[in-house]
Order: sequence, then structure tokens, then C-alpha cells
Amino acid sequence: MSDAPVIADDAKPHLPRGVRLKHDDTRNEWLLLAPERVVKADAIAVEILKRCDGVATLKEIIDDLAGQFKVDRDRVATDVRHMLGELTAKRMVDL
Amino acid sequence: MNAPQPVTEAKAQRIPAPVGVLAELTYRCPLACPYCSNPTDVDIRAKELDTEDWKRVFSEAAELGILHAHLSGGEPLARRDLVEIVAHCAKVGLYTNLITSGVGLTRDYMQRLSEAGLDHVQLSLQDAEAESADRIGGYEGGFKRKMDVVKWIHEFGLPLTVNAVIHRANIERAGRMVAFAVELGARRVEIAHTQYYAWALTNRKALMPTRAQIEKAVAEVEGLREVYAGKIVIDHVIPDYFATYPKACMGGWGKRTLNVTPRGKVLPCHAAETIPGLEFWSVTDHSLSDIWYKSPAFNAYRGTDWMAEPCRSCPRKEVDYGGCRCQALALTGDARNADPICHLSPEHDKVEEIAASFDGSEGEIPPYVYRRYKTPAPVA
Repeated sequence: MSDAPVIADDAKPHLPRGVRLKHDDTRNEWLLLAPERVVKADAIAVEILKRCDGVATLKEIIDDLAGQFKVDRDRVATDVRHMLGELTAKRMVDL
Repeated sequence: MNAPQPVTEAKAQRIPAPVGVLAELTYRCPLACPYCSNPTDVDIRAKELDTEDWKRVFSEAAELGILHAHLSGGEPLARRDLVEIVAHCAKVGLYTNLITSGVGLTRDYMQRLSEAGLDHVQLSLQDAEAESADRIGGYEGGFKRKMDVVKWIHEFGLPLTVNAVIHRANIERAGRMVAFAVELGARRVEIAHTQYYAWALTNRKALMPTRAQIEKAVAEVEGLREVYAGKIVIDHVIPDYFATYPKACMGGWGKRTLNVTPRGKVLPCHAAETIPGLEFWSVTDHSLSDIWYKSPAFNAYRGTDWMAEPCRSCPRKEVDYGGCRCQALALTGDARNADPICHLSPEHDKVEEIAASFDGSEGEIPPYVYRRYKTPAPVA
């Protein structure tokens, strides 16, 4: 999405009140619940969202993921920025 | 791991678990909006489900896989046990959305709801201007109270959606409603053109705008998506009388959501009771799971097997599910017909005729038949 905002390295992404990451036992999947919205969260999204605690900065989240999963930092950065950008535009993540 | 569950008949047919419940906690309401979706002929004095009933319903809903609990009415604040109900929903893991006019709320009540774990508030606004809003809602001073409610919503950190139903008296301000919702700090706004059921069908003459008014309003609101991108989520329900294809009513009959009425009857949609011959089950006699998977009303129009032509062979049949059963009944006399909103319906001309009959009627609005019941509400 080209109109998604560019997120600063020192932003502290978090789920605002009214948005919840929840494991749905009935469907056995992770879901992001928002007003009138249910978004499926795949394994990567869950790892990203679990780190969006309003304390960690974007840079720290990317470093942590790249370290833990031993993947190229640039690729992680692209994925994380893309996903959080889209969720911010949908008002499901605050910075 | 649990032992494997026996495969029920219903699950074998791959009926998906519901995602949402619209809990109409009461029909009582201080407002009298002429487009209310409540039935036009209820006895408002009849007994409502009690607190324990509702708690059981929400427990069963969570177990069934429901994610969102929409607490609605009437005005849900009219229930004295609302805080207890919200707390119970939170306990069983349901996402609670309070759908309210705000009338009857106090700062203290808001605080208690917030502390009970309420997730979200959807506040109705009848208009962006006080005088008009109060006239539409039939409640003097309602608009001013709502402005207080907005303050408390923010004070306790709750997310706000503004809901505005659009019709002749406020359609000139459809775009203004979006801007107003942003000013009020809403994260989401619903601009919902009136759907003509229940009281809105009774008041159709006073509510339905002209095609020109609708085209202007729809374009205006669509244009605001870009202006407010990232600021507010705009959900835009466009009026179906002017559409080419019908809406996928409720996302498909018995596919995503269910309604529980104040007396415990479970419906596939608000208006389903208008369809004769359907057998509805109640939470007082059956579990929510049995009602969802096995009750005759939920299975009556599930999937596509019930369809007649032109739906049966239509490539869009899994897209819009033939539209709305209640509208098919109301306008063609048979709920199994294609929703006549669809241009492929042999009775589509009826819809066009109704829609065209409003052209040139921008002038004075006929008086509303306000949502008031002959039987007075009990003293709370």
C-alpha cells in the first residue's frame, strides 16, 4: 500500500484499546479483533504484534525478530513496516 | 488434547461457526427514531430475559466461537444489569460493543462499564446539528447529552464509533457527519443509508431521498476516504434501492451472525420474524449451538440449495446469496425470490418505480410516524 504512513524507527507501536490479539480456540487460529472487524493473523503477524507493547521501539522490534529467527534484517524491516503501516492506516495499531 | 468430538450432522455439512451476536437486550428506548429496526408491533411490557439467562447465552456464544458481542436494543442502558452483563462477556472472552444512543448514560455509569471491561462504544448521532437531531430522534435535549457522553468515552479511554443513519432530513450533511465524527475523536464512523424495514418501511415516504440527493451524498462521503485516511475508518452503507446488485444480507443467512431478541428468540436477522412460516427457537428451550446448527429458521435459507431462478444459476450466488430474504418477501410476496434490488429480478421494476417516485420530492418532509408503542413501557 503506497498511502500507508512511513513509521519512524523510534515509534512505539501498540494495539489501542478496542483492538485485541486473541487465540480463537474454535477455529484454532490467531485473530486481531477490532470494532466490526476480524483479521486473521498468521504466525509472522503474531510474532510482530506480540512485540507491539508500546514500550519497544520499531527498531528494537525489528532487531529482536531478525535475531530470534535468524533472518536478514532488511527483509524483516520491510515486512514489519509494511504490516504495521497497513494496520495503522486501518486504525488497528497506534504509534 | 481433548478426545475427538463426535462429528455432528451440522458440522458434517460444513456450517461455519458464527462470528457475532447482536443481543437486543431490551426494546425499551427513550428515543423514537422513525427508522428504528425493532419490530413495529411488539408488546414492550412483555418479560425480558433476566440477567442469568443473558449470562448463559453469552457463555454459550463464546463456546460456539462467537467473537463479537454487540449489546444493543432498544437502548441497552435501560437494563439495570448492563455492567454485570459486560463483565460476564469480558470474563468469557467476548469482545463487547455497546450500541447506544447515549441517553441514560452518566459519567459514573460510563466508568463502571469501562472497568467491567467494555471494549468499544458505538454512539448513534441523528444529525450533526442539535435541533434537527432532536427532531429526528423525537427526544428534546438528546444531542446535548450525547456530547457529554463523548467526553466520558474519551475520559475513560474507550474507542468510539459514530453511527449516523442517513435519510432525507440529514442527507445534505452526510459528509459533514464524517467531519463531525473526526472532531468528536471517533476512530470509526458508519454512514449508513436507511434500509427500509420495520419502522423505516412505515416511514419510507418521509425518509427516502431522491436519486440526485443520494448520488451527491455518496460521492461526497467516498471522497472523504482519502481526506481522512489513517484518521478515521469510514464504513459506508449505500442505499440498496438504487443499487444494481443486492447486498449480501447479513453476509449470508445463518453464515456469520445471529440476533437474540429481548425475549430470547434467536433470529438470522432483525427482520426475519416478518417471514411467515419460519420456526424460530428460543434460548429458553434450546442451546445456542443447537439453534445455530439445527433450528429450522437458520437452515431455511442457508447456502444456495433453496434458491430459485434467476439466483440458482447465477455466478454471483455465493457473492450476495440472492440478497435479502425479508426484502424479497416485502416487495415480491415470496421470501424465496431473488431480492428485487437485483437488476436480474423479474420484479426489479417495482424497486425502480418506488425509487423514481421520490424524484422531485426534496421539499417538505411529511410528518414521521415515530417509534412509539401503544403499550407504555414499564417504570424502570
